[in-house]
Amino acid sequence: MNPVLKLLLEGGSLSTAQMAQVAGLSVAEVEQHLEQLKKDKIFLGWRPVLDLSREAAAAAAVRAVIEVRVTPERGGGFSRLAERLAKFDEVESCYLMSGAYDLLVFVNGSSLQKVAGFVSEKLSTLDGVLSTSTHFMLRAYKEGGFLIEQNEVEGQRLTVAP
Amino acid sequence: MNVDPKQWVARHVAALPKSGIRDFFELVAKMKGQDVISLGVGEPDFVTPWHVREAAIYALERGKTYYTSNLGMIELRRAIADYVGEHFKVGYRPEDQIIVTVGVSEAIDLALRAFCNPGDKVMYHQPCYVSYHPSIALTHAVGVEVPTYAKDNFALTAESLRAAWQPGCKVLMLNLPCNPTGGTCSLEQLEKIAEFCREKDLLVLSDEIYSELTFDGVHTSIATFPGMAERTIFLHGFSKAFAMTGWRIGYACGPAVLIDAMMKVHQYTMLCASIVAQEAALEALLRGWDSVCKMREQYHRRRDLVVRRFNEIGLECHSPRGSFYAFPSVKPIGVTEKEFAVGLLEKEKVAVVPGTAFGVNGTGHVRACFATGYDQLITACDRMERFVAGVRKP
Repeated sequence: MNPVLKLLLEGGSLSTAQMAQVAGLSVAEVEQHLEQLKKDKIFLGWRPVLDLSREAAAAAAVRAVIEVRVTPERGGGFSRLAERLAKFDEVESCYLMSGAYDLLVFVNGSSLQKVAGFVSEKLSTLDGVLSTSTHFMLRAYKEGGFLIEQNEVEGQRLTVAP
Repeated sequence: MNVDPKQWVARHVAALPKSGIRDFFELVAKMKGQDVISLGVGEPDFVTPWHVREAAIYALERGKTYYTSNLGMIELRRAIADYVGEHFKVGYRPEDQIIVTVGVSEAIDLALRAFCNPGDKVMYHQPCYVSYHPSIALTHAVGVEVPTYAKDNFALTAESLRAAWQPGCKVLMLNLPCNPTGGTCSLEQLEKIAEFCREKDLLVLSDEIYSELTFDGVHTSIATFPGMAERTIFLHGFSKAFAMTGWRIGYACGPAVLIDAMMKVHQYTMLCASIVAQEAALEALLRGWDSVCKMREQYHRRRDLVVRRFNEIGLECHSPRGSFYAFPSVKPIGVTEKEFAVGLLEKEKVAVVPGTAFGVNGTGHVRACFATGYDQLITACDRMERFVAGVRKP
């Protein structure tokens, strides 16, 4: 496996210089691997994991998960509509699901009104959308693999031990 | 009346030297709050996997707060038998050939107390884990050191074993892979050692606590060689591979008569290991293997990183086949291990342990534990590089 991809799969919190040291490569080689992964559309990009409940991160403070039922189309299935939906900036992720609804859409915005407006004006008015069910997120306990504000007493190892 | 409380301390206890690790711990403790990166630890940086911790909580919720059998919960012993059978290819009966102990440390103590008469000789390779010699002394047995050398990557050889042997030797303690050197034995050497044990009728206490953390090749237990299972106490536990140091759970496997003798000491001194910790250990064996593999992969890459950096810096460092310790030589830069460790701590705030804390053959070496996150390891290596550049005699 691509050694850089391996490190990315483990959480990708290392800088390219650190990855180079860990994988025993030069920085240039790591960057080359990253370029290749981007070309192959495996590595899509970086993004930070933030605790959006903090005031400083309020720009994207309101988040909702929307279950969308749609009419599949001959030839395109769910994809044409899903791809169209995914292009909206408000949409953070969009998945085709098995079960009681078809698409699961993660949306964020700076206020409740903005998110609600997006759902009522853009999303539900699209041709082929049968119904939507919107759930606003109240609190995050874990975000992208990071625990939020739990008082784990980690890092209390003795400094020197046998 | 003037009382000197010292008079009540038993002579053999008073005679025990203080652990060199302890001295160094005090030194590091004084620098609290100064951004010290410690490579001086002897335990994983990973917290016990959550599913294991959760199993312990569940056990408490269900009221599992009682004593267990002296030998340990039978479910755990069955799981241990399966695990040891699968991973080490040695079969033990859960009913009478396995005892669960409070860490491997207790298992070593039980074994030495159960098998040594005063004056019996116990061989152990050196540098080694700090408790080996004191545990021998506490049973009024006599320790016989077998040196290991940097030129062999601190692997124990049958030749040095033979050279150190003397009449009256009864027990051989092995720790492969070894804390602090990461030393292991080749299959050929291990076979010769087994042959030697049969020839001299030695009982082997084989502490294999780091066996899952073998990075190159496959770990082989000495108990697997012909005629060895009946003269070997296989010692293992959960601290290292499963990141469960604080739970204090280990176990010993061996011939029923010997396990029964160890159980006698255990039942009158410890009674049993904590039931909550035993429940957690059971969960670890049943569902923890994925976590072990993930952690091993991390240690493996960290090992490659520190060994490469140490050699680049100018410290001679062999690549340890197992464990999470690197044992580089500081001789090339012209200082002693103590000068290096103290200087590095004071100047660059990186803690490593002088090799002499583990025996005289650790002279000129320091132990650096790489069970620490990448960013800390990289920073520690950078600081060491700066330190070495400043110290090196032109």
